[in-house]
Amino acid sequence: MTATATTPETILTSLEDHVLTITLNRPDTYNAFSDQLSRELLATLKDAGRNRDARVLVITGAGKAFSSGQDLAELKERYVPGHEPHLGKDLDKRYNPIIRAICAMEKPVIAAVNGVAAGAGCSLALACDLRLASEKASFVEVFVNVGLVPDSGSSFFLPRLIGHARAMELCCTGRPVDAAEALTLGIVNRVVPPDELAAAATKMATKLAAMPARALALTKRLLVQSATNSLEEQLTAERFAQETAGRTADHTEGVLAFLEKRKPAFRGE
Amino acid sequence: MTSTSLILADTDDGVGVVRFNRPKVLNALNPQLMEELADQLETWDADPAINVIVIAGNERAFAAGADIGDMAERSSVEMYERDQFTTWDRIQRIRKPLVAAVSGFALGGGCELMMMCDVIVAAENAQIGQPEINIGVMPGAGGTQRLPRAVGKARAMDLILTGRFLTAAEALDAGLVSRVVPPEHWLDETMTIARDMAKKGSVALRLAKEAVLKAYEAPLSEGIAFERKLFYMLFATEDQKEGMRAFAEKRRATFKGH
Repeated sequence: MTATATTPETILTSLEDHVLTITLNRPDTYNAFSDQLSRELLATLKDAGRNRDARVLVITGAGKAFSSGQDLAELKERYVPGHEPHLGKDLDKRYNPIIRAICAMEKPVIAAVNGVAAGAGCSLALACDLRLASEKASFVEVFVNVGLVPDSGSSFFLPRLIGHARAMELCCTGRPVDAAEALTLGIVNRVVPPDELAAAATKMATKLAAMPARALALTKRLLVQSATNSLEEQLTAERFAQETAGRTADHTEGVLAFLEKRKPAFRGE
Repeated sequence: MTSTSLILADTDDGVGVVRFNRPKVLNALNPQLMEELADQLETWDADPAINVIVIAGNERAFAAGADIGDMAERSSVEMYERDQFTTWDRIQRIRKPLVAAVSGFALGGGCELMMMCDVIVAAENAQIGQPEINIGVMPGAGGTQRLPRAVGKARAMDLILTGRFLTAAEALDAGLVSRVVPPEHWLDETMTIARDMAKKGSVALRLAKEAVLKAYEAPLSEGIAFERKLFYMLFATEDQKEGMRAFAEKRRATFKGH
Protein backbone atom coordinates (compact mmCIF):
# COMPACT_ATOMS: atom_id res chain seq x y z
CA MET A 1 0.00 0.00 0.00
CA THR A 2 1.14 3.54 -0.65
CA ALA A 3 1.48 5.68 2.42
CA THR A 4 -1.06 8.48 2.45
CA ALA A 5 -0.91 11.38 4.84
CA THR A 6 -4.10 10.40 6.63
CA THR A 7 -6.50 7.51 6.34
CA PRO A 8 -9.74 8.77 4.86
CA GLU A 9 -12.69 8.83 7.23
CA THR A 10 -15.51 9.45 4.80
CA ILE A 11 -14.36 7.02 2.09
CA LEU A 12 -13.90 3.25 2.26
CA THR A 13 -11.77 1.48 -0.30
CA SER A 14 -11.17 -2.17 -1.01
CA LEU A 15 -9.03 -3.67 -3.74
CA GLU A 16 -9.76 -7.20 -4.92
CA ASP A 17 -8.94 -8.92 -8.21
CA HIS A 18 -7.81 -5.57 -9.71
CA VAL A 19 -11.16 -3.98 -8.84
CA LEU A 20 -11.00 -0.97 -6.54
CA THR A 21 -14.30 -0.29 -4.82
CA ILE A 22 -14.74 3.22 -3.45
CA THR A 23 -17.60 3.61 -0.99
CA LEU A 24 -18.87 7.04 0.00
CA ASN A 25 -19.27 6.52 3.73
CA ARG A 26 -21.38 9.15 5.44
CA PRO A 27 -24.59 7.12 5.60
CA ASP A 28 -26.19 9.32 8.28
CA THR A 29 -26.16 12.26 5.83
CA TYR A 30 -27.03 10.13 2.78
CA ASN A 31 -23.37 10.42 1.80
CA ALA A 32 -23.59 14.17 1.36
CA PHE A 33 -20.49 15.93 0.03
CA SER A 34 -18.87 17.56 3.01
CA ASP A 35 -15.65 19.44 2.48
CA GLN A 36 -13.82 16.43 3.92
CA LEU A 37 -15.61 13.90 1.71
CA SER A 38 -14.86 15.81 -1.48
CA ARG A 39 -11.23 16.19 -0.46
CA GLU A 40 -10.87 12.52 0.42
CA LEU A 41 -12.69 11.34 -2.69
CA LEU A 42 -10.36 13.40 -4.89
CA ALA A 43 -7.27 12.06 -3.09
CA THR A 44 -8.61 8.50 -3.44
CA LEU A 45 -9.22 8.99 -7.16
CA LYS A 46 -5.73 10.39 -7.68
CA ASP A 47 -4.20 7.40 -5.88
CA ALA A 48 -6.38 5.05 -7.92
CA GLY A 49 -5.16 6.63 -11.14
CA ARG A 50 -1.56 5.86 -10.21
CA ASN A 51 -2.24 2.39 -8.77
CA ARG A 52 -1.47 -0.12 -11.52
CA ASP A 53 -3.17 -2.89 -9.52
CA ALA A 54 -6.48 -1.06 -9.72
CA ARG A 55 -7.70 -1.69 -13.27
CA VAL A 56 -11.39 -0.91 -12.76
CA LEU A 57 -13.10 1.36 -10.23
CA VAL A 58 -16.52 0.96 -8.68
CA ILE A 59 -18.05 3.93 -6.87
CA THR A 60 -20.99 3.28 -4.56
CA GLY A 61 -22.62 4.64 -1.41
CA ALA A 62 -22.92 3.20 2.10
CA GLY A 63 -26.42 2.78 3.50
CA LYS A 64 -29.59 3.85 1.73
CA ALA A 65 -28.28 6.54 -0.62
CA PHE A 66 -25.67 6.85 -3.35
CA SER A 67 -25.13 10.52 -2.53
CA SER A 68 -27.45 13.40 -1.74
CA GLY A 69 -25.01 15.99 -3.13
CA GLN A 70 -23.66 19.02 -1.30
CA ASP A 71 -23.97 18.89 2.49
CA LEU A 72 -26.11 22.00 2.93
CA ALA A 73 -25.73 21.93 6.71
CA GLU A 74 -22.03 22.62 6.22
CA LEU A 75 -22.77 25.74 4.19
CA LYS A 76 -25.18 27.19 6.76
CA GLU A 77 -22.89 29.93 7.99
CA ARG A 78 -22.61 31.28 4.46
CA TYR A 79 -26.35 31.91 4.29
CA VAL A 80 -26.58 35.03 6.41
CA PRO A 81 -27.89 38.38 5.18
CA GLY A 82 -25.32 40.48 3.32
CA HIS A 83 -23.09 37.49 2.67
CA GLU A 84 -22.61 35.91 -0.76
CA PRO A 85 -22.01 32.15 -0.75
CA HIS A 86 -19.44 32.15 -3.62
CA LEU A 87 -20.33 28.69 -4.89
CA GLY A 88 -17.99 29.00 -7.87
CA LYS A 89 -15.06 28.59 -5.53
CA ASP A 90 -16.44 25.27 -4.24
CA LEU A 91 -16.75 24.02 -7.81
CA ASP A 92 -13.19 25.10 -8.62
CA LYS A 93 -11.69 23.53 -5.54
CA ARG A 94 -13.90 20.62 -4.59
CA TYR A 95 -16.20 19.34 -7.31
CA ASN A 96 -14.69 20.06 -10.72
CA PRO A 97 -11.36 18.36 -9.88
CA ILE A 98 -13.30 15.18 -9.01
CA ILE A 99 -15.19 15.22 -12.30
CA ARG A 100 -11.98 15.90 -14.24
CA ALA A 101 -10.20 13.10 -12.38
CA ILE A 102 -12.90 10.58 -13.34
CA CYS A 103 -12.88 11.58 -17.01
CA ALA A 104 -9.08 11.63 -17.14
CA MET A 105 -8.84 8.30 -15.28
CA GLU A 106 -7.47 5.86 -17.85
CA LYS A 107 -9.58 2.99 -16.55
CA PRO A 108 -13.28 2.24 -16.50
CA VAL A 109 -15.22 3.76 -13.59
CA ILE A 110 -18.53 2.09 -12.73
CA ALA A 111 -21.15 3.81 -10.60
CA ALA A 112 -23.10 1.28 -8.55
CA VAL A 113 -26.06 3.49 -7.72
CA ASN A 114 -27.62 1.96 -4.62
CA GLY A 115 -30.14 4.68 -3.78
CA VAL A 116 -30.82 8.33 -4.38
CA ALA A 117 -28.25 10.24 -6.44
CA ALA A 118 -29.14 13.90 -6.10
CA GLY A 119 -27.45 17.12 -7.14
CA ALA A 120 -23.68 16.69 -7.19
CA GLY A 121 -24.33 13.04 -6.29
CA CYS A 122 -26.24 12.68 -9.55
CA SER A 123 -23.42 14.47 -11.39
CA LEU A 124 -20.90 12.09 -9.87
CA ALA A 125 -22.87 9.09 -11.15
CA LEU A 126 -23.21 10.70 -14.61
CA ALA A 127 -19.46 11.37 -14.81
CA CYS A 128 -18.75 7.65 -14.43
CA ASP A 129 -18.35 5.49 -17.52
CA LEU A 130 -21.04 2.93 -16.73
CA ARG A 131 -23.96 2.98 -14.34
CA LEU A 132 -25.56 -0.01 -12.63
CA ALA A 133 -28.63 0.84 -10.60
CA SER A 134 -30.50 -0.84 -7.80
CA GLU A 135 -34.28 -0.91 -8.25
CA LYS A 136 -34.28 1.59 -5.37
CA ALA A 137 -31.99 4.04 -7.15
CA SER A 138 -33.19 7.43 -8.28
CA PHE A 139 -31.58 10.34 -10.08
CA VAL A 140 -32.51 13.90 -9.18
CA GLU A 141 -31.19 17.07 -10.78
CA VAL A 142 -32.27 18.77 -7.60
CA PHE A 143 -30.42 22.04 -8.12
CA VAL A 144 -33.38 24.02 -9.47
CA ASN A 145 -35.36 23.35 -6.29
CA VAL A 146 -32.93 25.59 -4.41
CA GLY A 147 -32.58 28.13 -7.21
CA LEU A 148 -29.35 26.77 -8.61
CA VAL A 149 -28.16 25.28 -11.90
CA PRO A 150 -26.86 21.78 -12.68
CA ASP A 151 -23.16 21.64 -11.89
CA SER A 152 -20.26 19.20 -11.53
CA GLY A 153 -20.72 18.19 -15.15
CA SER A 154 -24.46 17.43 -15.06
CA SER A 155 -25.18 20.04 -17.75
CA PHE A 156 -22.54 18.33 -19.92
CA PHE A 157 -23.27 14.66 -19.38
CA LEU A 158 -27.07 14.65 -19.14
CA PRO A 159 -27.94 16.20 -22.53
CA ARG A 160 -25.35 13.94 -24.16
CA LEU A 161 -26.98 10.90 -22.54
CA ILE A 162 -30.66 11.70 -23.05
CA GLY A 163 -30.86 14.71 -25.40
CA HIS A 164 -31.66 18.38 -24.88
CA ALA A 165 -35.42 18.22 -24.39
CA ARG A 166 -35.39 15.51 -21.75
CA ALA A 167 -32.38 17.06 -19.99
CA MET A 168 -34.23 20.40 -19.90
CA GLU A 169 -37.26 18.72 -18.38
CA LEU A 170 -35.27 17.01 -15.62
CA CYS A 171 -33.03 19.96 -14.84
CA CYS A 172 -35.83 22.55 -14.88
CA THR A 173 -38.35 20.57 -12.83
CA GLY A 174 -36.04 18.75 -10.42
CA ARG A 175 -38.28 15.68 -10.89
CA PRO A 176 -36.76 12.43 -9.59
CA VAL A 177 -36.17 9.68 -12.17
CA ASP A 178 -36.57 6.19 -10.76
CA ALA A 179 -34.45 3.22 -11.81
CA ALA A 180 -36.92 1.89 -14.38
CA GLU A 181 -37.23 5.26 -16.12
CA ALA A 182 -33.46 5.77 -15.92
CA LEU A 183 -33.06 2.50 -17.82
CA THR A 184 -35.57 3.55 -20.47
CA LEU A 185 -33.89 6.95 -20.86
CA GLY A 186 -30.46 5.37 -21.21
CA ILE A 187 -29.07 6.91 -18.03
CA VAL A 188 -28.13 3.49 -16.64
CA ASN A 189 -26.77 0.36 -18.28
CA ARG A 190 -28.70 -2.10 -16.12
CA VAL A 191 -31.10 -2.31 -13.17
CA VAL A 192 -30.88 -5.11 -10.59
CA PRO A 193 -32.63 -5.94 -7.31
CA PRO A 194 -31.14 -4.01 -4.38
CA ASP A 195 -29.46 -7.01 -2.77
CA GLU A 196 -27.81 -8.02 -6.05
CA LEU A 197 -26.26 -4.65 -6.88
CA ALA A 198 -22.89 -5.18 -5.23
CA ALA A 199 -22.46 -8.60 -6.83
CA ALA A 200 -23.54 -7.33 -10.24
CA ALA A 201 -21.08 -4.42 -10.01
CA THR A 202 -18.24 -6.72 -8.95
CA LYS A 203 -19.07 -9.13 -11.76
CA MET A 204 -19.01 -6.42 -14.39
CA ALA A 205 -15.86 -4.85 -12.93
CA THR A 206 -14.05 -8.20 -12.76
CA LYS A 207 -14.97 -8.89 -16.35
CA LEU A 208 -13.55 -5.52 -17.44
CA ALA A 209 -10.45 -6.05 -15.28
CA ALA A 210 -9.66 -9.17 -17.34
CA MET A 211 -9.87 -7.25 -20.62
CA PRO A 212 -6.75 -5.69 -22.21
CA ALA A 213 -6.21 -2.72 -19.92
CA ARG A 214 -4.42 -0.43 -22.36
CA ALA A 215 -7.07 -0.94 -25.01
CA LEU A 216 -9.74 -0.07 -22.44
CA ALA A 217 -7.83 3.03 -21.33
CA LEU A 218 -7.42 4.23 -24.90
CA THR A 219 -11.05 3.43 -25.72
CA LYS A 220 -12.21 5.51 -22.78
CA ARG A 221 -9.97 8.38 -23.85
CA LEU A 222 -11.43 8.24 -27.36
CA LEU A 223 -15.04 8.14 -26.17
CA VAL A 224 -14.44 11.03 -23.77
CA GLN A 225 -12.78 13.06 -26.53
CA SER A 226 -15.58 12.27 -28.99
CA ALA A 227 -17.93 14.44 -26.94
CA THR A 228 -16.03 17.54 -28.00
CA ASN A 229 -14.08 16.52 -31.12
CA SER A 230 -14.94 16.93 -34.79
CA LEU A 231 -14.89 13.84 -37.04
CA GLU A 232 -11.50 14.90 -38.40
CA GLU A 233 -10.04 15.28 -34.91
CA GLN A 234 -11.56 11.98 -33.85
CA LEU A 235 -10.16 10.11 -36.87
CA THR A 236 -6.73 11.46 -35.96
CA ALA A 237 -7.20 10.51 -32.31
CA GLU A 238 -8.23 6.98 -33.34
CA ARG A 239 -5.19 6.68 -35.55
CA PHE A 240 -2.87 7.54 -32.67
CA ALA A 241 -4.71 5.33 -30.19
CA GLN A 242 -4.62 2.37 -32.58
CA GLU A 243 -0.92 2.92 -33.14
CA THR A 244 -0.44 2.74 -29.36
CA ALA A 245 -2.74 -0.26 -28.88
CA GLY A 246 -0.98 -2.07 -31.71
CA ARG A 247 2.27 -1.93 -29.77
CA THR A 248 0.89 -3.62 -26.62
CA ALA A 249 1.69 -7.17 -25.59
CA ASP A 250 -2.05 -7.72 -25.08
CA HIS A 251 -2.67 -6.99 -28.76
CA THR A 252 -0.07 -9.55 -29.82
CA GLU A 253 -1.56 -12.04 -27.37
CA GLY A 254 -5.05 -11.36 -28.71
CA VAL A 255 -4.02 -12.01 -32.30
CA LEU A 256 -1.99 -15.12 -31.44
CA ALA A 257 -4.85 -16.52 -29.32
CA PHE A 258 -7.25 -15.96 -32.22
CA LEU A 259 -4.94 -17.71 -34.70
CA GLU A 260 -4.28 -20.55 -32.26
CA LYS A 261 -8.01 -20.82 -31.50
CA ARG A 262 -7.58 -20.39 -27.76
CA LYS A 263 -8.72 -17.88 -25.16
CA PRO A 264 -6.39 -14.88 -24.84
CA ALA A 265 -4.67 -14.32 -21.50
CA PHE A 266 -4.37 -10.54 -21.23
CA ARG A 267 -1.89 -9.17 -18.73
CA GLY A 268 -2.65 -5.48 -18.99
CA GLU A 269 0.57 -4.71 -20.87
CA MET B 1 35.68 21.48 -16.16
CA THR B 2 32.25 19.98 -16.67
CA SER B 3 32.10 16.44 -15.41
CA THR B 4 28.86 15.28 -17.00
CA SER B 5 26.96 16.44 -20.01
CA LEU B 6 23.55 17.96 -19.37
CA ILE B 7 22.28 17.12 -22.83
CA LEU B 8 22.08 13.95 -24.91
CA ALA B 9 22.71 14.24 -28.63
CA ASP B 10 21.93 11.75 -31.36
CA THR B 11 21.40 11.81 -35.10
CA ASP B 12 18.83 9.96 -37.15
CA ASP B 13 18.25 10.18 -40.90
CA GLY B 14 19.26 13.81 -41.40
CA VAL B 15 17.77 14.84 -38.06
CA GLY B 16 19.84 15.91 -35.06
CA VAL B 17 18.06 15.21 -31.78
CA VAL B 18 19.14 16.92 -28.60
CA ARG B 19 17.50 16.00 -25.30
CA PHE B 20 17.85 17.77 -21.98
CA ASN B 21 19.18 15.44 -19.33
CA ARG B 22 18.50 16.94 -15.93
CA PRO B 23 15.46 14.81 -15.00
CA LYS B 24 15.78 15.42 -11.26
CA VAL B 25 15.20 19.16 -11.68
CA LEU B 26 12.63 18.80 -14.50
CA ASN B 27 15.28 19.91 -16.98
CA ALA B 28 15.85 23.31 -15.42
CA LEU B 29 17.96 25.32 -17.84
CA ASN B 30 21.20 26.41 -16.19
CA PRO B 31 23.99 28.29 -18.00
CA GLN B 32 26.04 25.10 -18.53
CA LEU B 33 23.13 23.32 -20.19
CA MET B 34 22.44 26.31 -22.42
CA GLU B 35 26.12 26.47 -23.43
CA GLU B 36 26.11 22.78 -24.29
CA LEU B 37 22.88 23.21 -26.25
CA ALA B 38 24.22 26.19 -28.21
CA ASP B 39 27.48 24.34 -28.96
CA GLN B 40 25.60 21.30 -30.22
CA LEU B 41 23.19 23.33 -32.35
CA GLU B 42 26.07 25.27 -33.94
CA THR B 43 27.89 22.00 -34.71
CA TRP B 44 24.84 20.63 -36.47
CA ASP B 45 24.12 23.94 -38.19
CA ALA B 46 27.49 23.53 -39.91
CA ASP B 47 27.07 19.78 -40.58
CA PRO B 48 25.79 19.07 -44.12
CA ALA B 49 24.44 15.68 -42.98
CA ILE B 50 21.91 17.38 -40.68
CA ASN B 51 18.90 19.20 -42.14
CA VAL B 52 16.58 19.54 -39.15
CA ILE B 53 17.15 19.69 -35.39
CA VAL B 54 14.77 18.36 -32.74
CA ILE B 55 14.92 19.75 -29.20
CA ALA B 56 13.20 17.62 -26.56
CA GLY B 57 12.96 17.05 -22.83
CA ASN B 58 11.42 13.96 -21.29
CA GLU B 59 7.82 12.85 -20.62
CA ARG B 60 7.47 14.96 -17.48
CA ALA B 61 9.12 18.14 -18.66
CA PHE B 62 10.42 19.88 -21.74
CA ALA B 63 12.07 22.31 -19.34
CA ALA B 64 10.47 23.63 -16.17
CA GLY B 65 12.35 26.93 -16.18
CA ALA B 66 15.68 28.39 -15.28
CA ASP B 67 17.79 27.18 -12.38
CA ILE B 68 16.28 29.38 -9.66
CA GLY B 69 18.59 28.10 -6.92
CA ASP B 70 21.51 29.26 -9.05
CA MET B 71 20.16 32.80 -9.36
CA ALA B 72 18.32 33.44 -6.10
CA GLU B 73 21.06 35.26 -4.16
CA ARG B 74 22.85 37.02 -7.01
CA SER B 75 23.08 40.79 -7.17
CA SER B 76 21.92 42.88 -10.09
CA VAL B 77 25.51 43.65 -11.03
CA GLU B 78 26.46 39.97 -10.89
CA MET B 79 23.55 39.15 -13.20
CA TYR B 80 24.63 41.94 -15.55
CA GLU B 81 28.27 40.86 -15.55
CA ARG B 82 27.38 37.23 -16.15
CA ASP B 83 24.82 38.15 -18.84
CA GLN B 84 23.72 34.56 -19.14
CA PHE B 85 21.09 35.19 -21.78
CA THR B 86 23.67 36.00 -24.46
CA THR B 87 23.95 32.24 -24.96
CA TRP B 88 20.34 32.35 -26.09
CA ASP B 89 21.27 34.72 -28.94
CA ARG B 90 23.41 31.94 -30.39
CA ILE B 91 20.33 29.72 -30.57
CA GLN B 92 18.41 32.44 -32.32
CA ARG B 93 21.10 32.49 -35.04
CA ILE B 94 20.71 28.77 -35.89
CA ARG B 95 19.64 28.65 -39.53
CA LYS B 96 18.31 25.10 -39.74
CA PRO B 97 14.73 24.39 -38.64
CA LEU B 98 14.34 23.71 -34.92
CA VAL B 99 11.50 21.40 -33.91
CA ALA B 100 10.46 21.36 -30.26
CA ALA B 101 8.97 18.18 -28.77
CA VAL B 102 7.10 19.31 -25.68
CA SER B 103 5.74 16.88 -23.12
CA GLY B 104 4.84 18.02 -19.61
CA PHE B 105 6.09 21.38 -18.39
CA ALA B 106 7.42 24.15 -20.60
CA LEU B 107 7.64 26.96 -18.08
CA GLY B 108 9.55 30.21 -17.86
CA GLY B 109 12.83 29.68 -19.70
CA GLY B 110 11.40 26.39 -20.99
CA CYS B 111 8.54 28.27 -22.64
CA GLU B 112 10.96 30.90 -23.98
CA LEU B 113 13.23 28.24 -25.48
CA MET B 114 10.17 26.47 -26.92
CA MET B 115 9.14 29.73 -28.60
CA MET B 116 12.58 30.02 -30.23
CA CYS B 117 11.86 26.76 -32.05
CA ASP B 118 10.23 26.89 -35.46
CA VAL B 119 7.76 24.00 -35.25
CA ILE B 120 6.35 23.06 -31.86
CA VAL B 121 4.78 19.65 -31.25
CA ALA B 122 3.04 19.43 -27.88
CA ALA B 123 1.77 16.37 -26.05
CA GLU B 124 -1.79 16.56 -24.72
CA ASN B 125 -0.32 16.71 -21.20
CA ALA B 126 1.81 19.78 -21.93
CA GLN B 127 1.55 22.73 -19.54
CA ILE B 128 2.96 25.95 -20.85
CA GLY B 129 3.45 29.26 -19.10
CA GLN B 130 5.60 32.15 -17.93
CA PRO B 131 5.20 31.97 -14.13
CA GLU B 132 8.15 34.25 -13.28
CA ILE B 133 5.73 36.77 -11.74
CA ASN B 134 5.11 34.27 -8.91
CA ILE B 135 8.74 34.51 -7.80
CA GLY B 136 8.97 38.28 -8.00
CA VAL B 137 10.51 38.65 -11.44
CA MET B 138 9.46 38.57 -15.10
CA PRO B 139 10.47 36.67 -18.22
CA GLY B 140 14.08 37.43 -19.12
CA ALA B 141 14.86 35.32 -22.16
CA GLY B 142 12.46 36.74 -24.70
CA GLY B 143 9.10 35.83 -23.15
CA THR B 144 7.68 39.35 -23.10
CA GLN B 145 8.58 39.79 -26.77
CA ARG B 146 7.88 36.42 -28.36
CA LEU B 147 4.71 35.50 -26.45
CA PRO B 148 2.63 38.53 -27.60
CA ARG B 149 3.86 37.94 -31.17
CA ALA B 150 2.62 34.35 -30.91
CA VAL B 151 -0.68 34.75 -29.04
CA GLY B 152 -1.48 38.48 -29.07
CA LYS B 153 -1.21 41.10 -26.34
CA ALA B 154 -4.27 40.21 -24.26
CA ARG B 155 -3.41 36.55 -23.87
CA ALA B 156 0.30 37.24 -23.37
CA MET B 157 -0.47 39.75 -20.61
CA ASP B 158 -2.81 37.25 -18.95
CA LEU B 159 -0.12 34.58 -18.91
CA ILE B 160 2.76 36.82 -17.89
CA LEU B 161 0.89 38.86 -15.25
CA THR B 162 -0.97 35.97 -13.59
CA GLY B 163 1.56 33.20 -14.15
CA ARG B 164 -1.18 30.72 -15.10
CA PHE B 165 -0.42 27.77 -17.36
CA LEU B 166 -1.99 26.88 -20.69
CA THR B 167 -2.99 23.32 -21.51
CA ALA B 168 -1.85 21.91 -24.84
CA ALA B 169 -5.33 22.38 -26.29
CA GLU B 170 -5.42 26.04 -25.21
CA ALA B 171 -1.92 26.58 -26.57
CA LEU B 172 -2.95 25.14 -29.93
CA ASP B 173 -6.03 27.34 -29.95
CA ALA B 174 -3.89 30.37 -29.16
CA GLY B 175 -1.45 29.58 -31.98
CA LEU B 176 1.42 28.99 -29.56
CA VAL B 177 2.09 25.41 -30.67
CA SER B 178 1.92 23.80 -34.11
CA ARG B 179 0.29 20.47 -33.31
CA VAL B 180 -0.98 18.48 -30.35
CA VAL B 181 -0.47 14.73 -30.13
CA PRO B 182 -1.39 12.07 -27.53
CA PRO B 183 1.14 11.70 -24.71
CA GLU B 184 2.40 8.32 -25.99
CA HIS B 185 3.42 9.88 -29.29
CA TRP B 186 5.03 13.18 -28.35
CA LEU B 187 8.50 12.11 -29.48
CA ASP B 188 7.87 9.63 -32.28
CA GLU B 189 5.40 11.98 -33.98
CA THR B 190 7.89 14.84 -33.69
CA MET B 191 10.54 12.58 -35.24
CA THR B 192 8.18 11.65 -38.08
CA ILE B 193 7.61 15.33 -38.81
CA ALA B 194 11.33 16.11 -38.54
CA ARG B 195 12.44 13.20 -40.75
CA ASP B 196 9.88 14.18 -43.35
CA MET B 197 11.08 17.78 -43.21
CA ALA B 198 14.73 16.66 -43.44
CA LYS B 199 14.01 15.13 -46.85
CA LYS B 200 13.20 18.55 -48.33
CA GLY B 201 15.76 20.78 -49.93
CA SER B 202 18.14 21.98 -47.26
CA VAL B 203 18.73 25.45 -48.70
CA ALA B 204 15.00 25.99 -49.21
CA LEU B 205 14.35 24.96 -45.60
CA ARG B 206 16.88 27.45 -44.27
CA LEU B 207 15.81 30.34 -46.49
CA ALA B 208 12.12 29.74 -45.77
CA LYS B 209 12.88 29.84 -42.04
CA GLU B 210 14.82 33.06 -42.50
CA ALA B 211 11.99 34.63 -44.46
CA VAL B 212 9.33 33.73 -41.88
CA LEU B 213 11.47 35.11 -39.06
CA LYS B 214 11.91 38.30 -41.09
CA ALA B 215 8.18 38.89 -40.66
CA TYR B 216 8.85 39.65 -36.98
CA GLU B 217 11.60 42.14 -37.68
CA ALA B 218 10.71 44.05 -40.83
CA PRO B 219 7.85 46.16 -42.24
CA LEU B 220 5.62 44.25 -44.68
CA SER B 221 7.03 45.79 -47.87
CA GLU B 222 10.59 45.06 -46.78
CA GLY B 223 9.65 41.51 -45.78
CA ILE B 224 7.96 40.91 -49.14
CA ALA B 225 10.99 42.22 -51.01
CA PHE B 226 13.26 40.03 -48.88
CA GLU B 227 11.08 36.98 -49.52
CA ARG B 228 11.09 37.64 -53.26
CA LYS B 229 14.89 37.77 -53.40
CA LEU B 230 15.21 34.50 -51.50
CA PHE B 231 12.63 32.92 -53.79
CA TYR B 232 14.59 33.96 -56.90
CA MET B 233 17.81 32.89 -55.23
CA LEU B 234 16.53 29.33 -54.84
CA PHE B 235 16.55 29.01 -58.64
CA ALA B 236 20.33 28.79 -58.31
CA THR B 237 20.01 25.46 -56.51
CA GLU B 238 19.93 22.02 -58.08
CA ASP B 239 17.19 21.10 -55.63
CA GLN B 240 14.86 23.63 -57.29
CA LYS B 241 15.47 22.05 -60.70
CA GLU B 242 15.01 18.55 -59.30
CA GLY B 243 11.88 19.50 -57.36
CA MET B 244 10.11 21.15 -60.25
CA ARG B 245 11.13 18.47 -62.77
CA ALA B 246 9.98 15.70 -60.42
CA PHE B 247 6.64 17.48 -60.06
CA ALA B 248 6.23 17.69 -63.84
CA GLU B 249 7.28 14.06 -64.24
CA LYS B 250 4.87 12.99 -61.48
CA ARG B 251 7.59 11.34 -59.42
CA ARG B 252 8.98 11.95 -55.97
CA ALA B 253 11.84 14.46 -55.82
CA THR B 254 15.21 13.48 -54.38
CA PHE B 255 16.92 16.51 -52.93
CA LYS B 256 20.66 16.75 -52.54
CA GLY B 257 20.89 19.79 -50.32
CA HIS B 258 22.44 22.20 -52.81
